[in-house]
Amino acid sequence: MNTGIRATLKGFGYKGGGPMWSWVLHRITGAGIILFVALHVVAAFLLQQYGSGIGKAINVVYESWPFQAFIYFCVIFHALNGARIIVLDLWPQMLQYQREATWLQWLTFIPIYGLTLFLLIGRGLSGG
Amino acid sequence: MTHTRILHRRTISFEFVMWLFMRLSGAALLILGAIGMAGALYMGARTQMDLVTLMRWTFFPNPNHVINSNIPDVNLGWVSTYWRIMQMLIVFFGATHGINGLRGVVNDHVPSRVARVILIGLLVVLWVAVLGAGGYIIITS
Repeated sequence: MNTGIRATLKGFGYKGGGPMWSWVLHRITGAGIILFVALHVVAAFLLQQYGSGIGKAINVVYESWPFQAFIYFCVIFHALNGARIIVLDLWPQMLQYQREATWLQWLTFIPIYGLTLFLLIGRGLSGG
Repeated sequence: MTHTRILHRRTISFEFVMWLFMRLSGAALLILGAIGMAGALYMGARTQMDLVTLMRWTFFPNPNHVINSNIPDVNLGWVSTYWRIMQMLIVFFGATHGINGLRGVVNDHVPSRVARVILIGLLVVLWVAVLGAGGYIIITS
């Protein structure tokens, strides 16, 4: 395990630039989606079958606005970044435009996620 | 100075198939989500659903998944073989895409070979269990 930790720490020194950060974010957001889906399935099962308090507690966590803001970031980023990867990988002649593709991705992401955050936080602060 | 890059002939390996599967299932999930959302709006979601419920239908078009919302008659259009097939496709592509993503994480971050084999074995068990439970829920609801 020690080698793993050392390799991970060494990885922070790697200067891969934008594409590297897209890769890192893709991995984190993918793990975030799995976390949400797993929590959601477990909570729904416990609630429906046993009316369990643990199920209710998990529900409160993932229905809170900060968790929702995180999970919306994960889903929207993972979907848009995935779409970019699909296009560039299946049509490799487009790779010369990968910088533009990344810009387009963020130009799409910001308004969609911005609107989501605006609605989420607005409702969260007013207690809805 | 120019370098000549040798392109190896592409052979069909498990890793290549999974690489391609990740791209195709990702595209399929985007399309299935779009179909789910468009279908819900066509069936009247615009007037009988709030945004949150529409999202529930988009990510898993199962009538039980939106049962807590005020849909007047959930049996009209919402329960059908067509949507069951859509749900099964979403569960299959979603679970397989996610589990294979976790396999990539395990391969990248777990240095011990024994631990990798155990964790990936657990992922296979989890994959089968998720498909089984998902299929059961879809058929019985």
